[in-house]
Amino acid sequence: MRLVRAKLFIDEHYASDIDLDNIADEASFSKYHFIRLFRRVFGATPHQYLTSVRLFRARALLAQGVPVTDTCYSVGFDSLSSFTGLFKRAVGKTPSAFRAEALHLRADMARAPLAYIPHCFASSYGWLPGVSPENRNFQEVPLAAAPLL
Amino acid sequence: MITRLSHACIYVLDQDSAENFYVNILGMVVHTNAPMAPGIRWLTVHPKNQPDLELSLCPVVEGMMFNKDTAGKMRELVKAGSFGFGVFDCDDIYATYEELKAKGVVFSKAPKEEFYGVEALFKDDSGNWFSMTQRKAE
Repeated sequence: MRLVRAKLFIDEHYASDIDLDNIADEASFSKYHFIRLFRRVFGATPHQYLTSVRLFRARALLAQGVPVTDTCYSVGFDSLSSFTGLFKRAVGKTPSAFRAEALHLRADMARAPLAYIPHCFASSYGWLPGVSPENRNFQEVPLAAAPLL
Repeated sequence: MITRLSHACIYVLDQDSAENFYVNILGMVVHTNAPMAPGIRWLTVHPKNQPDLELSLCPVVEGMMFNKDTAGKMRELVKAGSFGFGVFDCDDIYATYEELKAKGVVFSKAPKEEFYGVEALFKDDSGNWFSMTQRKAE
């Protein structure tokens, strides 16, 4: 399907300076028809979709600690102010604030992982003190030991 | 009383590969990514429009949950496609099918009309299979 190929092209080349008119031509649609069909199938115009892909990729980079300016240009934006404005509208906070929170969260997870990892998962992978392979199998809690209402 | 399902577990053979599949190919979002030990993270993802359902990508490794023999058997069962973990709703199944196929997803069933809608079946990178269904409009 030509529309799917256009979407995949955006997915692959989001970081480049994409000419959406070109994509419409490649897909053998008039620009108006292309935008209308793309929106009907994917829920967004090609431009909106391209922006959403760039912002999605930006979130991943910022969460890894990549500086805001580097992130902006590496996902294909050509204006820092435009990137910041779009990001804040989509995410609810500025790229700097998002990055700072993500880095803080990573540091906190490294410091106190059991505040983020459910007990059942941690214990099933042997990650809790006092849990031994002998207790590996599921064992029913005796009724008397169950917490009272 | 039980109010809703908040987490579901999908057994995977490699968490890095699974993260790439569910996020970069299926388009899900990482909810929590907390490192535990080499090769093991508390890694949960969710469909973009369903942030309150976490799919935990659980690695099948020898350890507390599985002894060596069980882990080996589980991995073979996962690879053989013994597990179907659920149904994903889809809003344009033909376009989604074409897109995922182009991204290398293996389908065992192309979109086909059923009494409940149009359904396709695909496997994740570990071998688990899922139904992808565009339900009939009510």
